[in-house]
Amino acid sequence: MRIGAVTFPGTLDDSDTIRAIKASGAEAVALWHGDADLKGVDAVILPGGFSYGDYLRAGAIARFAPVMGEIITAARGGLPVLGICNGFQVLCEAGLLPGALLRNAGLHFVCRDQWLKVENNATAWSSRYEAGAEIIIPIKNMDGRFAAPKSVVDELEGEGRVVFRYAGLNPNGSTDDIAGISDPTGRIVGLMPHPEHAIDALTGPSDDGLGMFLSVLDSVVAA
Amino acid sequence: MARVVVDVMPKPEILDPQGQAVARALPRLGFDGVSDVRQGKHFELEVDDSVDDETLARIAEGFLSNPVVEDFVVRRVQA
Amino acid sequence: MIDTVDNATATPEQEQPFRELGLKDDEYARIREILGRRPTDAELAMYSVMWSEHCSYKSSKVHWKHWSANTTPEMKAKMLAGIGENAGVVEIGDGWAVTFKLESHNHPSYVEPYQGAATGVGGIVRDIMAMGARPLAVMDPLRFGAPDHPDTKRVLPGVVAGIGGYGNCLGLPNIGGEVVFDSSYQGNPLVNALCVGAMRTEDLHLAHASGTGNKVILFGARTGLDGIGGVSVLASETFSGDEGGTGRKKLPAVQVGDPFTEKVLIECCLELFAEGIVVGIQDLGGAGLSCATSELASAGDGGMHVQLDRVPLRATGMTPAEILSSESQERMCAVVKPSDVDAFMRVCAKWDVIATEIGEVTEGDRLIITWHGETVVDVPPRTVAHEGPMYERPIERPDYQDALQANGPEQLARPSTPDELRAEVLRMAASPNLASRRWVTEQYDRYVRGGTVLAQPSDSGMIRVDEETGRGVALATDCNGRFVKLDPYTGTQLALAEAYRNVAVSGATPLAVTNCLNFGSPEDPAVMWQFEQAVRGLAEGCKELGIPVTGGNVSFYNQTGTTAIHPTPVVGVLGVIDDVRRRIPTGIGAEAGETLLLLGETHDEFGGSEWAHVAHDHLGGLPPKVDLARERLIGEILVAGSRDGMVSAAHDLSDGGLAQTLVEACLIGEVGARVVLDPDQDPFVQLFSESAGRVLVAVPRSEELRFTEMCTARGLPWRRTGVVDPESQSLEIQGIGDLPLAELREAWEGTLPALFG
Repeated sequence: MRIGAVTFPGTLDDSDTIRAIKASGAEAVALWHGDADLKGVDAVILPGGFSYGDYLRAGAIARFAPVMGEIITAARGGLPVLGICNGFQVLCEAGLLPGALLRNAGLHFVCRDQWLKVENNATAWSSRYEAGAEIIIPIKNMDGRFAAPKSVVDELEGEGRVVFRYAGLNPNGSTDDIAGISDPTGRIVGLMPHPEHAIDALTGPSDDGLGMFLSVLDSVVAA
Repeated sequence: MARVVVDVMPKPEILDPQGQAVARALPRLGFDGVSDVRQGKHFELEVDDSVDDETLARIAEGFLSNPVVEDFVVRRVQA
Repeated sequence: MIDTVDNATATPEQEQPFRELGLKDDEYARIREILGRRPTDAELAMYSVMWSEHCSYKSSKVHWKHWSANTTPEMKAKMLAGIGENAGVVEIGDGWAVTFKLESHNHPSYVEPYQGAATGVGGIVRDIMAMGARPLAVMDPLRFGAPDHPDTKRVLPGVVAGIGGYGNCLGLPNIGGEVVFDSSYQGNPLVNALCVGAMRTEDLHLAHASGTGNKVILFGARTGLDGIGGVSVLASETFSGDEGGTGRKKLPAVQVGDPFTEKVLIECCLELFAEGIVVGIQDLGGAGLSCATSELASAGDGGMHVQLDRVPLRATGMTPAEILSSESQERMCAVVKPSDVDAFMRVCAKWDVIATEIGEVTEGDRLIITWHGETVVDVPPRTVAHEGPMYERPIERPDYQDALQANGPEQLARPSTPDELRAEVLRMAASPNLASRRWVTEQYDRYVRGGTVLAQPSDSGMIRVDEETGRGVALATDCNGRFVKLDPYTGTQLALAEAYRNVAVSGATPLAVTNCLNFGSPEDPAVMWQFEQAVRGLAEGCKELGIPVTGGNVSFYNQTGTTAIHPTPVVGVLGVIDDVRRRIPTGIGAEAGETLLLLGETHDEFGGSEWAHVAHDHLGGLPPKVDLARERLIGEILVAGSRDGMVSAAHDLSDGGLAQTLVEACLIGEVGARVVLDPDQDPFVQLFSESAGRVLVAVPRSEELRFTEMCTARGLPWRRTGVVDPESQSLEIQGIGDLPLAELREAWEGTLPALFG
């Protein structure tokens, strides 16, 4: 099982994502933004950070990287893709997920341990959780407020595509407390909080995040 | 009522990392011939007629812009 | 018209604006003597900036003798690089070396809080990279004026956002620091920045330009008109105009940081280090190319020739003097063998980093800088970088010191009834200097890179260095400026003791010390007395603790008019822990059934205390006594306790005394506790005194006897002071009352959001 983690200029959590992939038992493959080559991976993760400094808009420049062309094609063909934080922003900019991530309502960067409710455990990245489970993983971002036209939000809610929802205090004013969503197939998921920082209670608030990296292994085996 | 536009730009000698990032991305996207980009802020204010130019300048200088690193231009676009 | 060496020789009598550039008459005369002619504009720019207080340490250097006089061979043994390098380096075991440094960015942060603080982070990170290390974490000791002053509401949010905006984008976890309010900092906030990095011991890179024919490569951002003249002490009085004859208008001293460029520069540097193609490396910080070229050249074994016209520019019409003085951020300078230049350029291209060969190492001992073929600088580099002026400033104990010390806290009205004491616990917990720092630290990423084991609100920050063995480091910075004001020698040792203790309570063994000495004007004999006392106190204290000072930074002129800030020698202590899994957390209640023990002794000591400050706005008397042998003993006992699994939590006692330590230990651990005070001592003194050398530990009941026997055997006084009560949601202090955690939390966490939104 080979899972890729993409590094754009300004990506920060790539080494943490690679650590989490290894902790799940899979082989981690580093993918470079400038190479239009997915190296035959079975799934791809776009890690967090500030690609191109978040200048212009978060994810707006990274979305045009050569590697993204390959990812967009492969994702449309069913390759599981997870976007974490800045990776979620890139997926939205690339049109693989709907909506956009706007400046936090408090206008500050927010770093805290965040409770999430698993709303949908039928996606490629959430199957290891019980439906309705509450998990705690860190959130850390400046632009994390999910926003979309009402019709899109209604569609997401109606089709059960809200995968993770903030439990307790909403950290950024996100619509409907949305923390993470999926595409209609459930193979592409984006979320603002950072599962890769919750794989060991020594360095994170819990190991609750590991479930996402384990889930995709099941989905690849099943497929 | 009048509409007042305030444009705030980084001073010419001040580094503008945002503009530079956009400028560097353009050739990669196939757009040639753009030698420089600077990114600023654009404000639109709906203003009572009683607000004079001096007050607008104070708003622009003391609040909308940071005079240490930014310049501003105030324009009335509608009478 | 560019002022060349030929021109300078031909026009010896031309007047030069050396005073406007901050040089004294005799300093200018010395430059003429060194060169045997008048300096060119470019040379004058270089000397003036390099001979400024900030770069040359001309007022403080004479006191460095205290460091060397107090460093024993055993203390030296672990140091791979010390004072004089970009940052000190110590060996921590398992083949790792760690480098760390504290630096001030006070004045720029007052002028433009966001960019000033942001570029402060950027600068210290490049210092660490210049040692060949990967930066691991940052922390920021901050001091502001009164919390409700309008200017504090401008400066603090900007500084915090700037530190977060730069550090978060750079991908370095922020693992601690300080936020202190005192009106003495009103016009002079202190923004100090610390960075710690690690490398394999064999990879240490020093800033040397050795090997004739080696190439000098400038890489990173383009050079613009940023902060020209900004490093000279009077950063607001920059070049007044016609320096190069271009008539450029007065420029802002502000530099804008680009953390994205710095992040890419870090990855680029690390790849260059890994390829082994860097002979020497130097960051460009204050004094820009003036500093980098003269320091690289004077540390090497030859001379250097730089073609300044090759420097990639961001602004048009820049003169050689301007290019040499520019403080544009995110630039580094490397010395590379000619055969490795292609490989070097390939790595830079991969990361989209602009790299330009600007010169080479030459035979001889001159630094020669040319501009389109004409020589504009021809100097002995050591005279620029290392042989600047040195002053023995007058020192005089101030007249007010006796009156200050005589005005003790004894006469202050103290709360005594249970109700008064209970209310005082809450008032203190909510006071700006003791309240939760969460509003600040939530704006910093503490998780990135996945190595953070402890961060705020813990006493120290802890980072895992080696993922295989679990070896890591802990860091703390401290200084109570009020203590230093009352007695600079003791106050500085108290800062050292607290930072040492904060590292020790995490289970790490203190190993090395850095500092950032923030003081008023060195031209004031009273300030120089404070400074001399502080340096001596720190040096002698370190000797007693057996840990070396590996580096430091001095920031003078932190004063408004004739009123100086409280002398604030911020002390940073680095400790090592062989396995971060045995770290001691701050919050109690991690294990079922814990006993609370108070280690150390409590005396009636309120001079300079937070209680005197909060309750009476009083500053006078003497600071608490300091006993460094006791601090060392506490450290050894905590490390032994952690190693043998005898300690499940520990929190040091400092500002606010036992009451505040209990409040924080309960709130962080999210459990209640029942506390019994000593019936033979005044409860007020027990709760609020700030006697040094004390720690609250939680020990599993099964380990209590073993732990207390160890303390008794080693002569450390201890007192059983309570029990953790996982069932209870309140802090119960017998004879005083019940403090529900919800009420405490509201008091503790509400203050900063209410002040700063």
